[in-house]
Amino acid sequence: MKEKIENLAKQAKESLEKVTNIQALNELKIKYLGKKSELSNLLKEMANLSQEERPVIGALANKVRKDIEEKIAKKEEEFEKRELAEKLEKERIDVTLPSTKVKRGSKHPVNRIIEEIEDLFVSMGYTVESGPELETDRFCFELLNLPQGHPARDMQDSFYITDEYLLRTQTSAVQARTMLANQEKTPIRMICPGKTYRREDDATHSHQFTQAEGLVIDENITLADLKGTLEIFAKKIIGENSKLRFRPSYFPFTEPSYEVDVSCFKCGGKGCNLCKQTGWIEVLGSGMVHPNVLGMCGYDPEKYSGFAFGLGLERIAMFKYGIPDMRYLYQNDVRFLGQFDR
Amino acid sequence: MHPNSDHLHICTVDVGKETLKIVCGAPNVKAGQKVIVALDGAELPGGIKIKKGNIRGEESNGMICSLSEIGIESKYQSEEDKTGIHVLGSDAKQGEDPIKYMGLDDEVIDFDLTANRGDLLSILGMAYEIGAIYNKKVKDIGLSHQEDDEDINKTFSVDVKTDNCKLFLAKRALNVKIKESPDFIKNRLIASGIRPINNVVDISNYVMLETGQPLHFYDNDSLKGKIEVRMAKEGEKLTTLDEVERTLSQDDIVISDGTKAIGLAGVMGGLDTEIKEDTKNVLIEAAIFDGVKVRLTSKKIVRSESSNRFEKGLDPNRTYMGIERACALLEKYADATISQGTVVYDKLDKEDKKIEITAEKINNLLGSNISEKEIVDIFSRLGFKVNLNNNVMEVLVPRRRIDISIPEDLIEEVGRIYGVNNIEGTLPKVPTIPGKYDKKTRNLRNKIISLGLNEVLSYILINDQEVQDFTTDEFQAVKLLDPMSEDRNTLRYSLINSLFKIYEYNVARGNKDISIFEIGKGFYKRDEKYGEDLKLCILMSGEFYTGINSKKDVDFYIIKGIVQEVLDSLGYENRYIFSPARNASEKFHPGQIADITIQNRNIGIIGLLHPEVSQNKVYVCEINLSELLDIKTGNMKYKEISKFPSIKKDIALVVNQNIESSAISRVIKKAGGNYLSGVEVFDLYEGKGIAEGMKSLAFSLTFTSFDKTLTDEEINPIIQKIIEQTGKEFGATLRQ
Repeated sequence: MKEKIENLAKQAKESLEKVTNIQALNELKIKYLGKKSELSNLLKEMANLSQEERPVIGALANKVRKDIEEKIAKKEEEFEKRELAEKLEKERIDVTLPSTKVKRGSKHPVNRIIEEIEDLFVSMGYTVESGPELETDRFCFELLNLPQGHPARDMQDSFYITDEYLLRTQTSAVQARTMLANQEKTPIRMICPGKTYRREDDATHSHQFTQAEGLVIDENITLADLKGTLEIFAKKIIGENSKLRFRPSYFPFTEPSYEVDVSCFKCGGKGCNLCKQTGWIEVLGSGMVHPNVLGMCGYDPEKYSGFAFGLGLERIAMFKYGIPDMRYLYQNDVRFLGQFDR
Repeated sequence: MHPNSDHLHICTVDVGKETLKIVCGAPNVKAGQKVIVALDGAELPGGIKIKKGNIRGEESNGMICSLSEIGIESKYQSEEDKTGIHVLGSDAKQGEDPIKYMGLDDEVIDFDLTANRGDLLSILGMAYEIGAIYNKKVKDIGLSHQEDDEDINKTFSVDVKTDNCKLFLAKRALNVKIKESPDFIKNRLIASGIRPINNVVDISNYVMLETGQPLHFYDNDSLKGKIEVRMAKEGEKLTTLDEVERTLSQDDIVISDGTKAIGLAGVMGGLDTEIKEDTKNVLIEAAIFDGVKVRLTSKKIVRSESSNRFEKGLDPNRTYMGIERACALLEKYADATISQGTVVYDKLDKEDKKIEITAEKINNLLGSNISEKEIVDIFSRLGFKVNLNNNVMEVLVPRRRIDISIPEDLIEEVGRIYGVNNIEGTLPKVPTIPGKYDKKTRNLRNKIISLGLNEVLSYILINDQEVQDFTTDEFQAVKLLDPMSEDRNTLRYSLINSLFKIYEYNVARGNKDISIFEIGKGFYKRDEKYGEDLKLCILMSGEFYTGINSKKDVDFYIIKGIVQEVLDSLGYENRYIFSPARNASEKFHPGQIADITIQNRNIGIIGLLHPEVSQNKVYVCEINLSELLDIKTGNMKYKEISKFPSIKKDIALVVNQNIESSAISRVIKKAGGNYLSGVEVFDLYEGKGIAEGMKSLAFSLTFTSFDKTLTDEEINPIIQKIIEQTGKEFGATLRQ
């Protein structure tokens, strides 16, 4: 009996060493450990053994069974690992193939500039206002100190709908709206970005363009405040090293009025083709709110003063992103648009 | 003469250092002339390079030049100069610079003036300005002249019959000799862009450039001893000196001789009374006409140096100065005798304007710290007298500064001369309050971009024929009174017009995959009122997903998914309905167009463009944001989630093809009761195994309970009920 068991153990060990795949292993498992296996049969014969022999043989049989079980388990694990490795190997892909893409969207460069400006001024306590693009003569001109007959409100230069209505020529129209809407006549700090329209179309002017307007009204607002505010604007929006130059100018709704140049984005002021060798680029119009405007909009000019500024955003976008032609902004070629995707 | 040509001359030219042989083709070249020569190596305006060479076999060492060849525009040249070489005076020296000899070597500085500084439209005005900047005094210009014994007022009168002329002066110059102007006058006119004509006409322009006061000279003998200033009669005719017959209106100021119009005030004289070659006596007009009227008339006729100055405003003192200066020059350069006296009509104040201001007010507005003494100094440099009374300055501003009328104008002057760049920038001293803006539009934009669309910026002006495309809404189109082109004569109502143009532009340039959007305004007139709505428009065409084995063309359900995602992110989840459009524009595919509604309010439209509009499949959606954002959304709020797992069951129902899935879903939801927590269509099948005209819709049903794990025994009866109800309502049967 003992000999039989040892033979069996030896035979099992040999065949398990030779086994190469999981099917064969499963067959061996049935052969050596199954209900009808030799070992099971031998164990059934244990009843015939003597009292002395029984525990010895029993222990031996159990040990052999355990050995076989362990070996099978080990083989099984080995085969499973191998099988998994083979499966994974089969699943190997070419990671250099192009990815599956959902299209990536992009924000229009002009709206990018609008958002940048909004964020900057909101951080300084300004509110963002809006107004109608189809505006009345009153808000677009009259309340801005441009009475009937003023050359700047020429019918030829504006898109009139009726004698009264026109497409707004400037976001400044929102100045008057904001002041009049403020019933308590409390201080104002606002900016207003938006579309504007003028009756002109050439290489540097489009009949539709985008402006941003700024207005601050309070007691003791000074020209120095305007200057300081625009200096921050230039540093944050145009470039940390930007310098400003104020040139006296004329706008009916501000007095004094200034056109403001910024040191050339491209050459930093040394002179290049972009700034026509002057080192400066005109970016905005500004000034102290005209007392007539304050008065017409219900703010006592003896008590309040204010500053206002307005700038064209297409130019800023062009300079900032190096766009050579303003028309690209309105052609909307998707190859152009797709570049503004960060 | 040249041996091989009948029009070429072989000239021997003394150029100072040497004598050269030059071939010349000009008809007016003659021996003994002093001429302009371009030598070998010279480069002329227009890029012509002069080289030694042979002309028809004869050696030529340069070129004898016409004025055109040295860059002088033909409008400034005499008839003789236009047809040949220019002949210099006999005092010209060989080898000298001819440009310098002709006095054309002046520097010309172009100024870009602001609209309010009409006073700078003259050399005198510029002199005051430069004097103020450099702190220098301005010299007077010469006005003195002799006058004869006969007072003009005895034989001439002026009758002003309109408020649009507040000052009118007339003087008379007798026995003028019309000839060419002296070189300095001609050259200065040319440098200012004015064509010299003859000494008399040139003087009127010259005085305008000097003093800023436009003058008009009449042939005195064509007048009837009288001038009348009045508004034109409607339809009145006048032939102006450009020989065009003009029809006038009541808004034009005219000069009349008492019987008929002889000139358009401030704009252009009449042909009958112009200065002619044989004019003997000249009537000089110096006046101030209403700037707005002159501008409107000049816009109809021609904008000129003269009308520009009337528009910008004039100093009455200069009107007096201008007429005297003209007399002085006519006496000197046209040998005129000036009649005694001036005919005067004058309703204008010529005194300095008085404006009171304090240093404190100036510094308060500028944010500066300029001393009173510095301020007074700045004013005196500008030619403004100051009377100091305690701290109040009474500033006397000469009339020439038409731009200055209120204290703020003076503050501007102080800031300008002091130098704004010398004022230190500060920030407004204001309480810290948080700024704010409407985040909705921005969030919307960012959401759509994150879904993979490109934002565009388009023009709002379109053609009036297109404005009703893509919509059946009732509105009147908003049209421009005076469009720049027919292509852009109307304000858009729907943004689809704009986006479809952008789509076509891209396709023409070879771009096929286009997924774009814009947030912008659409305009309308309704009930006699103008209005504008903020709209979101999305256009998608071509592939949306790309990559290995995953290419997918845009279809209705992709754009619908994008729109749903947008609406959900705005907080309208489960509140909107897509239903077949009831009354869609014929520009859409009739079977693939849907209305989007929330609470029975139509907020937009979504669908495929009609194949006649675009052969390629182009899907669009337009949502009226003004309408949509008016619908309130609740705050985000936590909803309880069940502790027990949900159970999913799928059923496929066969129904008639034209039954909408959303209708079936609604019935399923109703029949499903409380435990049914989700219904989703996950498959649509038509074809083999399904009868003709029928379709199979597969629904995934989710059942959830908040207090137990549901069993099949509990769910199966619900599914039975669902099948019964859908059978009853739609004739649906369970797919076998």
